[in-house]
Amino acid sequence: MSKDNLLVSLENAGIYKSPKWLIRGVSLEVKSGQIVTLIGPNGSGKTTTAKMVLNILEPDEGSLKRYTNKIAYVPQKINIDWTMPLRVVDFMRLTNNLSNNEIIESLNQTGVEKLFKEQIHGLSGGEFQRVLLARAIAKKPELLVLDEPVQGVDFNGEIDLYNIIKNISANLNCGILLVSHDLHFVMSATDHVVCLNGHICCSGKPSSVIKDKAYIELFGEHRSKTLTYYQHDHDHTHASDGSVSS
Amino acid sequence: MLDDFFTRALVAGIGIAIITGPLGCLVIWRRLSYFGDTLAHSALLGVTLAYAFSLNIAFSVFVISAVIALLLLNLQKRTRLAGDSLLGLLAHSTLAIGLVLMGFLSSIRFDIMGLLFGDILAVTLQDIALVWIGGFIILGILYFIWKSLFSATVNYDLASAEGMKPNIYNMIFTLLLAGVIALSIKMIGTLLITGLLIIPAAASRNITNNPKQMVLVAILIGILSVTIGLFTSLELNTSSGPSIIVIALILFIISLIPLELRGKLQKGKQFGN
Repeated sequence: MSKDNLLVSLENAGIYKSPKWLIRGVSLEVKSGQIVTLIGPNGSGKTTTAKMVLNILEPDEGSLKRYTNKIAYVPQKINIDWTMPLRVVDFMRLTNNLSNNEIIESLNQTGVEKLFKEQIHGLSGGEFQRVLLARAIAKKPELLVLDEPVQGVDFNGEIDLYNIIKNISANLNCGILLVSHDLHFVMSATDHVVCLNGHICCSGKPSSVIKDKAYIELFGEHRSKTLTYYQHDHDHTHASDGSVSS
Repeated sequence: MLDDFFTRALVAGIGIAIITGPLGCLVIWRRLSYFGDTLAHSALLGVTLAYAFSLNIAFSVFVISAVIALLLLNLQKRTRLAGDSLLGLLAHSTLAIGLVLMGFLSSIRFDIMGLLFGDILAVTLQDIALVWIGGFIILGILYFIWKSLFSATVNYDLASAEGMKPNIYNMIFTLLLAGVIALSIKMIGTLLITGLLIIPAAASRNITNNPKQMVLVAILIGILSVTIGLFTSLELNTSSGPSIIVIALILFIISLIPLELRGKLQKGKQFGN
């Protein structure tokens, strides 16, 4: 690995799709063990930026440098047609040869080991998101790109999944690029925040981004200032299927 | 034994069914049914050119199909017309060019029915060798690129992000498809090849629940269609291609039965009957 554990860097990168630039002038870095988040309104170029980092889209200007090939991706949207018969276990092996034990271990981490033999088409939105994350973790990647990984997951599940994401970054020492709408998580748990709106509005540590004028303008004074972490008392925990486990 | 025209047809047909099984699954997973059809239509142009310049038919058809596939990719970059419009444009214009050229070659007698619907009488030992050797190569390549191709079929972005190079493998897949069409023209005919690609795979989907199973069962259904189809063709003196496809259709209808039964069973459970 290169100096400073740098995994990937974008330099002044942009994507042009006639008749306009979807995103322009993006520079960012992801290092091992670091969580970098992209935030911004709809259409601000978060997914486009993530796709540049993954080399799915080639930048029309600027450059991408990557220092690892062990990459896992959780896309924002996946549609799998009924025509394709696919069990969770087949999906887990999509780009990697994994043993059954490795698969079960990963599914266990995201709380869906019971779905091992289920058809992908039968899963609920939240279950599918958990399987997507499990698949990405199972690869033991050095760089993990997560595009809104908790969409459709219930409230407690969301907290679970964010905890898992924090743990992966710590345990596997992998770098994470996260696209998220959850400002609570972004501000409390990530190392570097990039705020996009067709270009980089502001970026830096969460504590400095919160105070940035561009950020406050983009997210509104009210929302950006009331970032107290909402915690409620819960005297029991839920398994992923909703049953009360203690 | 291979002297008998019927045995020859059977051996060649089974070879084709083994190749169309896995490729057919990929065709329906990737929603490429009309793409296969377009390649098959353009095959008539390939055959005409083969006669005109006395080339090997399979080779000429393969080259034309490959050219059409590349043309399609090129057109898609140049215009915003939808994929099916472009496919229709290519399919019918190449078919028309093929037929017009055929008019110029009045000295050669074409067996049009044979080209369109296949002719078991025409299968030679060389054809058998071509199908089995060609099939072996196609399946060999498919085996090696399966993981990349399959992951790109499930989700292009994911495959691309995780280093599966879907671009290259999609291109190779297109060439393999052109290859299988070239190999099966004589048996099935240009109009019906897509049927042998799609129907066994579709029937297989109804009764399987994972990709590997679907491919294997598609091969089996293909072999059954060819075997029963050829016997029927012999008995009833019908063209071989249509007979094979009709049998495949009957097998497809049968494959719907377990699906229906399972549906009824589940409904029963839900309402506690």
